[in-house]
Amino acid sequence: MTILYVAIGGFLGSIARYTFSKFIKISESQFPIPTFIVNIIGSFFLGFIIGASIPTGMNLFFGIGFLGSFTTYSTFMVENMKMILENNYKKMFLYTCLSYIIGITFALGGLTIGISIGK
Amino acid sequence: MIYMKYLAVGIGGIIGSLLRFFVSNIHFGLSDEYLPLDTLIVNLLGSYLLGLLTGLYSRFPKLPSYIQLSIGTGLIGSFTTFSTFSNEMVQLMLDKLYMQVFIYFIGSFIGGLGMAYIGFLIGSGGKWKKVMSE
Repeated sequence: MTILYVAIGGFLGSIARYTFSKFIKISESQFPIPTFIVNIIGSFFLGFIIGASIPTGMNLFFGIGFLGSFTTYSTFMVENMKMILENNYKKMFLYTCLSYIIGITFALGGLTIGISIGK
Repeated sequence: MIYMKYLAVGIGGIIGSLLRFFVSNIHFGLSDEYLPLDTLIVNLLGSYLLGLLTGLYSRFPKLPSYIQLSIGTGLIGSFTTFSTFSNEMVQLMLDKLYMQVFIYFIGSFIGGLGMAYIGFLIGSGGKWKKVMSE
């Protein structure tokens, strides 16, 4: 049962991420907006469900399965690597800083809101 | 058959998320120091593998796109996670474990970038050519 929760969440989360990247059509030369947005949204909602301390089954499905798959670290790293290979250091610096700072801030924001609602 | 693309991503996503879940259940014997080694391992390994795949597409541009979709976007994309990373950073900061914050951040950032690059070099044979990815 545990595995099923994670698997279904992972199925839906990865499709949601893919759909999102198709929906926001952005050429490779521009800023990787889709990855950036899924990562900060996902960070917020994971913070929220941790704060609200939801039941284990929901956490397996939504936290580990869906949000874990919806957000991605490997794509984020490869996008940064491509920017370095193309000598776009400024863009890479901006992308890295914004992703980490806003991602962590949104995780904290989600956690804070989750705790206040969970009370 | 546009739905096949979504299915390819989704099936990869199932495998990737289950693999991540299995790694998270391995006990590394470092729980006292509390460094999220499981997330660090999946993110570094995934960055290496996606770098490798990107390199292979750079060397062999005619590779079918469903490999990128199912393995790159689906499996490796779901195997790695940003949301868990950011929330673990928050937890370490709230616990005032600043040394761990520093090590975890540097390991994830410099390590991830380095692993992606090593993978890319191996996959591409050292040549960078711009490839449109899915």
